[in-house]
Amino acid sequence: MTPMLEVADLRHTYGSGPTAHTAVQNLKFEVAAGELACIVGPSGCGKSTLLRCIAGLIKPSEGTVSLHGDKIDRTPEDLAVVFQDYSRSLFPWLSVRGNVEFPLRSRGVARAERRKRAEEALEWVGLSGAGAKYPWQLSGGMQQRVSIARALACQPSLLLMDEPFASVDAQTRFELEDLLLRVRHEHESTVLLVTHDIDESVYLGDRVLVLSKSPASIVADLTVDLPAQRDQITTRESKNFVALRSEVARLLHNQPAAEPEPVVRPASSAAEDEAAAQRFLEAEREQTRQTSR
Amino acid sequence: MTHLRGFAQRWVVFVGVLVVWQLLTMASASKFFPTPVSIVESAGKLWLGGPASQFWLHDNVFVHILPSIGRLLTGWLGAAVVGIALGIALGRSKHGVDYFGPLFAFLRSIPPVLLLPFFMVIFGIESPQKIALIAFGALWPILLNSVDGARSVDAVKTDTARSFRIPRGQWIFMVVLPAALPKIFAGLRVSLSLSLVLMVISELVGAATGMGTQLVDAQRQYEYTDMWAIILLLGVLGYALNSLLLVLERRVLSWQPTRNAQPSTVKAGG
Repeated sequence: MTPMLEVADLRHTYGSGPTAHTAVQNLKFEVAAGELACIVGPSGCGKSTLLRCIAGLIKPSEGTVSLHGDKIDRTPEDLAVVFQDYSRSLFPWLSVRGNVEFPLRSRGVARAERRKRAEEALEWVGLSGAGAKYPWQLSGGMQQRVSIARALACQPSLLLMDEPFASVDAQTRFELEDLLLRVRHEHESTVLLVTHDIDESVYLGDRVLVLSKSPASIVADLTVDLPAQRDQITTRESKNFVALRSEVARLLHNQPAAEPEPVVRPASSAAEDEAAAQRFLEAEREQTRQTSR
Repeated sequence: MTHLRGFAQRWVVFVGVLVVWQLLTMASASKFFPTPVSIVESAGKLWLGGPASQFWLHDNVFVHILPSIGRLLTGWLGAAVVGIALGIALGRSKHGVDYFGPLFAFLRSIPPVLLLPFFMVIFGIESPQKIALIAFGALWPILLNSVDGARSVDAVKTDTARSFRIPRGQWIFMVVLPAALPKIFAGLRVSLSLSLVLMVISELVGAATGMGTQLVDAQRQYEYTDMWAIILLLGVLGYALNSLLLVLERRVLSWQPTRNAQPSTVKAGG
C-alpha cells in the first residue's frame, strides 16, 4: 500500500554561492493514511521550509514529495494548510462563513452545498452560529478554529499544520489540541503537524519525527506509545508521556550533530545561535517574498 | 441626547461664521462683499422659478450645473476605472513599477491645469477636453494608491490563497482588491476634490456652458451676488459629493474593525 505522504531525499537550499543556505537535507519519511505525525525541531531549523516544500509552496532543490503516489509540484487539491498566524491567514473582509467557503468556490461546489459544508465544518470546531461574524470579532483561539474549519471543509486527504497553536495562550492551546484530536478521530484525517513544542508533539502525535539543527534532517522517528484517547492531565502525567518527552528533549538538545560539538557550551554561543537563527529566518522571509506572486 | 450634542458641536462654528459674515457685510457698503442673505436670494433667482415640467428649476440648472456635474463625474469615474485596473496590475507585477515608476512620477508632477492649452488643441473646447483634463488630474492619486494597496497583501494571505489553489479571478477580486480597497478609497477621495477644481478651471476659459463659465460671466457683468452664489454652490457640491463617497466607503469597508470602533472619525468627515 502506498503511504499517504512520501518525502524522498528532500533538500532545499536558498540562494547560491557563498551566501547559500541549506535549510533541509537528506529528509526521508512517510506518513500513513489516518496517522497524525508531529515534526518537532529547534527554532529556525528549517521546519517551515520543510512544510512549504510539502505544501507545494516552494519547489525543493532536490528530492520529491508525493501525495498518495502523485508527485507534488504545486499544492494538490486534496491538501489543506493551517498556518500559525491565523489573524493574517483569515481574510478580514469575509465573514467567518465566507472564509470557510472561500476554498470551496473554485472547487466547483454549488452555492447551497458550499453553505452546508461551511456550517458543518464550523459545527465540528464548535463554532456553529458564528458564521455571520467577522474574524476580528472572535478571540484568537476562535479565529484559529475558523482556519481549521476552513481546512476541514475542503475534505483534504492530508492536513498540514504549521505551528498552529503557537500564537494562542496556554489554556486555549490545550482546548485546541483536544479539538484537533477529536476532529481527526471523527474524520480519520491524516495530519502532519510541525511544532517546536516538545510536549505538544508527544501529546498529539501517533509519531514524533525529531529534526536536527539547521540544515534539518531527521534524527529520530519515535512511535508514541500512548492510548488513542488522551487527556490533558492524566496523559501528561503518565510514565510513558514523561519518558517520551524526555527522550525527545534529549534528542533535541544533545544532538549527535554532523560536526562534533562540546556537550557543555559556553553561554556566548547561545547568543550566536540566536543570531544565526535570526539570519536564517530573514533568509526564509526573503524567500517568501520572492516566491509570492 | 448625545446625538443632538454631536450635531450641535459639528454645526455651531459653521453657523457662527455665517452670522458674523452677515453682520460684517451689512456693516460694509462694499459692492464686492454682498450679504449672505442677498446671495441666497440671487441663488433662488438663478436656479429656481422654472416651469413644473422642469421640477421648478430654472433653465440655468440644465445648461450649466448638470453638464458640469456630468463632466466631473465622467472624468473622475474614468480615472477610477483606469487607475484601479492599472494600479492593481502594476502593483501585483514583479517589475511593473520599476519600469513605469519614473514616468508616473514625472507625469504626476505636471500641474494638470498646464495641460489645458494642449487638451484644447487636441479635443477642442467642448466637453471632451474638460473630461480629459479632469480624468488626467484625477488619475494619479487613484493609480498610485491602487499600486500601494495591491502590494499590501501580506505573505500569509498569499500563501493561504496559493495553498487553496484559487484561480486568478478569485485571487484578484476576493483577495487583492479587498485588501487594496482602503487605500483605493483614500485615492478616490483626493481625486474627487481635485476633479471639482479641474472642472471649474476648465470651464473658466473657452467654454459655452458650465458653472465655471457662469462664474466668469457673472463677474464680468458685475453681478457679484450671482458670482458668490455660484461659489457657494460649488462648495455645497464638493461637500455633498465627498459625503456621498464617504457613505459608499463606509458601506464597502464595513468589515474594517476600526470603522466600528471609532464611528466619530467617520461622522466628522461626513
